[in-house]
Amino acid sequence: MTYDVARIRKDFPILDREVRPGVPLVYLDNAATSQKPHAVLDAMRDYYEQSNANVHRGIHTLAEEATALYEGARDKVARFINAPDPREVIFTKNSSEALNLLAHTLPFGPGDEIVVTEMEHHSNLVPWQLACARTGATLRWVGLTDEGRLNLADLDRVITARTKVVAFVHQSNLLGTVNPVDVVAAKARSVGAYVVLDASQSVPHMGIDVQALDVDAVAFTGHKMCGPTGIGVLWGRFDLLDELPPFLGGGEMIDEVTMAGSTWAQLPHKYEAGTPPIAEAVGLGAAVDYLTELGMPAIRAHEHDLTVYALERLQDVEGLRIIGPTTADDRGGAISFALAGIHPHDVGQLLDEVGVAVRVGHHCARPACLRYGVPATTRASVHLYSSRTDIDALVEGLTHVRAFFSS
Amino acid sequence: MTVDSMYQEIILDHYKHPHHRGLREPYEVEVRHLNPTCGDEITLRVHVEGSAEEGWRVADVSYASEGCSISQASASVMADLVIGKDIDAATAVYEDFLTLMQSKGQAEPDEDVLEDAIAFVGVSRYPARVKCALLAWMAWRDATTQATEGSPT
Repeated sequence: MTYDVARIRKDFPILDREVRPGVPLVYLDNAATSQKPHAVLDAMRDYYEQSNANVHRGIHTLAEEATALYEGARDKVARFINAPDPREVIFTKNSSEALNLLAHTLPFGPGDEIVVTEMEHHSNLVPWQLACARTGATLRWVGLTDEGRLNLADLDRVITARTKVVAFVHQSNLLGTVNPVDVVAAKARSVGAYVVLDASQSVPHMGIDVQALDVDAVAFTGHKMCGPTGIGVLWGRFDLLDELPPFLGGGEMIDEVTMAGSTWAQLPHKYEAGTPPIAEAVGLGAAVDYLTELGMPAIRAHEHDLTVYALERLQDVEGLRIIGPTTADDRGGAISFALAGIHPHDVGQLLDEVGVAVRVGHHCARPACLRYGVPATTRASVHLYSSRTDIDALVEGLTHVRAFFSS
Repeated sequence: MTVDSMYQEIILDHYKHPHHRGLREPYEVEVRHLNPTCGDEITLRVHVEGSAEEGWRVADVSYASEGCSISQASASVMADLVIGKDIDAATAVYEDFLTLMQSKGQAEPDEDVLEDAIAFVGVSRYPARVKCALLAWMAWRDATTQATEGSPT
């Protein structure tokens, strides 16, 4: 079956709307969040209309249905990322919470080093900075090349016997770069460090196989993969998660509680304190089904084709400089750029005028912006339902922006 | 309502030909303010004359900034409005501008007080851009407060 974008777009009701009368939406802010298909919206609505109850407690029918749906979503996510055991899938609020969980529970002390990269989203940088401040560990980072890739020559200098964890992004939200996980992980393994992967931008666009990647933990978020906001995922090797202490305390995460002390529930519940985001898990499960039906290889191929097209067309725009790799090799469809003499805010505002939604700013990756000497960028990012027409509208919009400011 | 109502000619003029730009001596206080959501930034210096007893006067405001047309034009307009004024008068203008930016496009600003700054009324309809327009004013307010109250000298 060929990949039929026109048909796929019909699954996403929002793509039909106009931003204002006569101006159709051109949604190119997918790296910030994705739109939601009917299947996800329906699953969440059905859950609330038919099965709403709290999970893992109560023996009535609704409670059992809710529990089955919630745990069913966990199983779906586990299969989607090829996790060997669904108990390794922890539902969190988002990627940030998943990464904070690790930064709080992994043991560090003075003399230990935590390694990140200069292209991290703040969610995979600030939790580790806080961990260093708390424990006396030292933060080190791998730098970037002028082309927008990891400077792999840094690895031997930065990752040493003192390194306890190497946490890095799979696909950069700012630059679009897809990092060579095997190379970084192998170096980390050689010094006995844990490997943590921020897969927020890769799971929705290429899918991942946690066993093939050979990492210890992975974080990603539901809302970028056509699921709802309010739910994210931490996957971790069973032995690792089982050994680490709890993160948040509360209901659901305990085994036995007395006034004198408590013991902890087994995985995954040890890390799911309080009533979890049940409807959101159901929605995420439906999103995973949706992505699986389209097929991640087909989605990846479609987005790659669009990325090739977008890079080519954008580089024809006068005064436009891509911040990040300029070819589609090892690169996803989040494309940041600077337009000579025009601030991204003004670019974004005028693009909105013609219905084109992009993100402007530092994209929660300020150090990488500083590295490339730009205070902010404009970023266009595609998803499985994006089309060449969207890219054409963007390029046409940029011509309009240049004309406005050159007058 | 169109975006043209935000990008008034006055704003584009100040953006393309900013007034009082560049960092100058003398000055008592230099501050650096950031708009964290978008990466706009300004380094601003104030030079005040006077004393707590006699009252203070804004002798000079100079700045170096990077940002969108709204933030750049706002810095230029702000410097025009406060330089040479007594602090109390300049602060009154600041308060008026703040009110204007919180008006969601509803205010009818007094041109005698706000002069070119009345052009920003359109910006106040765009919540995401209000911070851009206020960046330079907030920096000025911070620096001036430090210069007249904070410093021991």
